[in-house]
Amino acid sequence: MRRRIPAWVFPRFSGVITGALVTGMVCLIVGMAWVAGPHVSWRWVFGAGSMAGDPFDPGRAGLLPLLMGTAARTVLMALAVIPAGVLTGVYLAEYAPPTARLPRLLRGVVQILAGVPGVIFGLFGLGFLVGVLGGSIDRLIGPSDAVVWGKPGLLWASWTLALMTLPVVVVATEEALRSVPRELREAAIALGATRFEVLMRVLLPEALPGIATGVILAIGRASGEVVPLLFTGAAVATEGPPVLSGRFMDLAYQVFVLATQSPDPERSRPLLLASVWVLVFLSLLLNAAAAILRHRVSPPTTERL
Amino acid sequence: MPPVTPEAHPLPARIELQDLSLWYGDTQALRSISLTAPERRITALIGPSGCGKSTLLRCLNRMNDLIPGVRLRGVCRVGGVDVQDPAIDVTRLRRRVGMIFQKSNPFPRSVFDNVAFGLRIGGCSGSELEGRVRSALQRAALWDEVKDRLEDHALRLSGGQQQRLCIARAVAVEPEVLLMDEPASALDPVSAARIEDLIRELREAYTILLVTHQMQQAARLSDFTAFIHQGELIELDQTERLFSQPRDPRTEDYVTGRLR
Repeated sequence: MRRRIPAWVFPRFSGVITGALVTGMVCLIVGMAWVAGPHVSWRWVFGAGSMAGDPFDPGRAGLLPLLMGTAARTVLMALAVIPAGVLTGVYLAEYAPPTARLPRLLRGVVQILAGVPGVIFGLFGLGFLVGVLGGSIDRLIGPSDAVVWGKPGLLWASWTLALMTLPVVVVATEEALRSVPRELREAAIALGATRFEVLMRVLLPEALPGIATGVILAIGRASGEVVPLLFTGAAVATEGPPVLSGRFMDLAYQVFVLATQSPDPERSRPLLLASVWVLVFLSLLLNAAAAILRHRVSPPTTERL
Repeated sequence: MPPVTPEAHPLPARIELQDLSLWYGDTQALRSISLTAPERRITALIGPSGCGKSTLLRCLNRMNDLIPGVRLRGVCRVGGVDVQDPAIDVTRLRRRVGMIFQKSNPFPRSVFDNVAFGLRIGGCSGSELEGRVRSALQRAALWDEVKDRLEDHALRLSGGQQQRLCIARAVAVEPEVLLMDEPASALDPVSAARIEDLIRELREAYTILLVTHQMQQAARLSDFTAFIHQGELIELDQTERLFSQPRDPRTEDYVTGRLR
């Protein structure tokens, strides 16, 4: 006769596993804060000479250019990916004829994009955005030999990330629009709303939490991404605040640089730890913001259904 | 079969269908229906589920346009205007022909914004908007219950209040015709009775086409009743006569509960 597993086993087993994982993660974060925290110095965070500092010298390096570069590339990415992704999602969900060839192709391309490794995006950014697009702009506007846009820079890096995260926003928008109850569409149409009015006054407001979630996921994915930046514009050190056509410093990239390229790893270790600490802190902050936003934007109507 | 019409009622017809047929792809849902519904009266459409009553209703405000593969033949007039005419503005037609759905479907926002929805689309704002929202809520017999909670979320209202809110939303844009698709069927008996009272009051101002699967409701509310079976109009008559002396044996079977 087969022996049955007692009913208490599974809940207890899964409880133990969950507990272990949570404890482990909390230990990791607390431990990291414990080890790295002391290295986060005021001078590093707000240091006056931080702009042109030696990135490997704890006495001269600073956080500010890293934060400015990271913020700039994140904002520029969002500015590109939100309109492009939302418009594509709206087209696919609302305007594309369901059986026509173009939308099917577009959907396929979006799915393929989602699976392409970051390194390919980096290469594409370098080859197409920097080389072809940037090069053409230089030829069109600049005096003969000046290279302004035809080299890796902030704008191209941001657009590369935008392209990489486009599928997240497109899919989130399309799904969010499709999940708006048919009854609400019909209500608006029966009141004489045009297709565009239905979209603007009913569908998009209803889909907003889903779209916002997609955008935050995209930002989250991009903010931890280093590889595409290697090709398209991240720098070990820059002078002055980031400009669109210039290279920029980036927190995640700096962690990689500090860990692998330092001429004196022992001496720059405090910087590495402090950078890691800030990176983790910012990522937690972003996730908390996402949770709060989702909670606030979603309508208080869970009792429906 | 000659067009079936109520015998010599004095009121002008607000809705006229002539030989109306409709197909979903290859399936024929309506078969040469001809009927008229007079102004400021309630005409009920009864018949078994799937007989085409809702489809018929949705021809009048062209909601069937939303379904791919729908074909139509025949004429469908509201207030003398052919609704299929490619030259008419469909959104204006839908403002003249309001619709109430089986499942109340308020927008998930405030009571006020719900009633104001159609008005705002029409460009109404400010104190005029407030006045018209108020009068719509009054006409829908909801004002006294919600006047202090206009900014409340509409989904916090009870089921019956939500349906009356939808009626207020529909009458706010001042239509001539109200299409009601089983408006009380998803409600408890008390709320349903309040909706019925309201429909009786609305009869004074609107031409109402009421789809119902409850024969008692049709009998209680309507002036005329049309019995539809398998896409065909079997009989249209004054309600009392249709229920007491049906001319067609199928109508008799249906109203006596033998036909399903």
